[in-house]
Amino acid sequence: MTEDKKEFWRWTESNWKNPDMEWKDAQFISVGIDVGSVSSQAVIMADGQVLAYGNMRTGSDSPNSARNALNFAMEALGDMPEDRMDYCIGTGYGRVNVPFADRTITEIACHARGANFIYGPNVRTVLDVGGQDIKAIQCDEKGKVTNFLMNDKCAAGTGRGMEVFADMLGVSIQEVGDRSFEFKGEEPPAVSSTCVVYAKSEAAGLLRMGWAREKVLAAYCKAMAERIYSLVERVGVKSEFAVTGGMAKNRGVMDRIMPLIGMDRLTTPWDTQIAGAVGAALFSHALCMKGKGRKK
Amino acid sequence: MLANYGYKDASGDYFITIDTDKCNGCGDCAAVCPVDLFAGMDEDPNDPLRVEPVAIVAGTKKNKVKYECNPCKPEANRPPLPCVAACATAAISHSW
Ligand code: SF4
Ligand code: SF4
Repeated sequence: MTEDKKEFWRWTESNWKNPDMEWKDAQFISVGIDVGSVSSQAVIMADGQVLAYGNMRTGSDSPNSARNALNFAMEALGDMPEDRMDYCIGTGYGRVNVPFADRTITEIACHARGANFIYGPNVRTVLDVGGQDIKAIQCDEKGKVTNFLMNDKCAAGTGRGMEVFADMLGVSIQEVGDRSFEFKGEEPPAVSSTCVVYAKSEAAGLLRMGWAREKVLAAYCKAMAERIYSLVERVGVKSEFAVTGGMAKNRGVMDRIMPLIGMDRLTTPWDTQIAGAVGAALFSHALCMKGKGRKK
Repeated sequence: MLANYGYKDASGDYFITIDTDKCNGCGDCAAVCPVDLFAGMDEDPNDPLRVEPVAIVAGTKKNKVKYECNPCKPEANRPPLPCVAACATAAISHSW
């Protein structure tokens, strides 16, 4: 297995600078840092528009992950001195580990605000499936949260659960989506539990019965889809619907959720992984506008 | 905003919902809860632009609400829940 094959989901580290903007022209430079369990992003905004961002894997040490993501975004920007930043907000699972942040905000608020920015003001329902949690959020046309729940009690239905399961079947995580459709015959029913412990023993039983690995994967993806949907259903699905986070890139699960949701999901040219950091940077900007930025 | 704190597992849905549009952060729920499930916050961590204080279900307890609330929820003859009864604005509801 090459290093590349071990990647979690199908994404690569990247940084980007907006070619149409210069930091020198900006009144306020606001920053959002999202330290997740799997990936970390830094978004640098000039007056509420994305100027640059960096998207990296989270290392074992969160304070460094926040710093690395910021440096990566700054690299894309080139020559901006760091003290030009007016305000910085940390969010995500590792938000308490952003030593240079002025304030932290939950990922609930940031994902809604970020989804409003990258998908537009018609988004009313946001689903985020992260490495260790599932968030279902409803928001208004300004990206303000109106209803939310977050499930982080166990790995069932999360990226981590999928990783453990894929590992057991010996399928690389980035192939899960496609291979879960490569079986013969009818789509199997979902395994009866997404609980990683039960699902593993159930899968072992199915393999012994002669099921192809692809079919077992299909049954697990389906169970994950049903589990995730049952959480979304609790807050309610309102049009339009958008997905953020790593699981958005796993079609094994996503293609099985969408028929349950019963509507299309919005698409965006932006990288869906930066939604949380975009939201944090927008809140930073809003606080700058309220006069909370650092004095120069 | 309806803030749902809790979880769902094979045995059911266990959520405590705080309607932050009704909550004024008075702290009466926190004062009566025998297991300190609520915390009063000066800033709403889920709504950064809000100015009034608000109650939340504190971090680590939300994944154990079913067990935490056991003392207030006997099988038979359940009395009114202290937190719900204490809240003058009717901001709190329980899903089970
Ligand atoms: S008693 Fe009601 S209004 Fe007062 S803090 Fe608790 S939830 Fe809010
Ligand atoms: S039901 Fe009892 S234990 Fe549960 S939150 Fe209310 S007061 Fe606290």
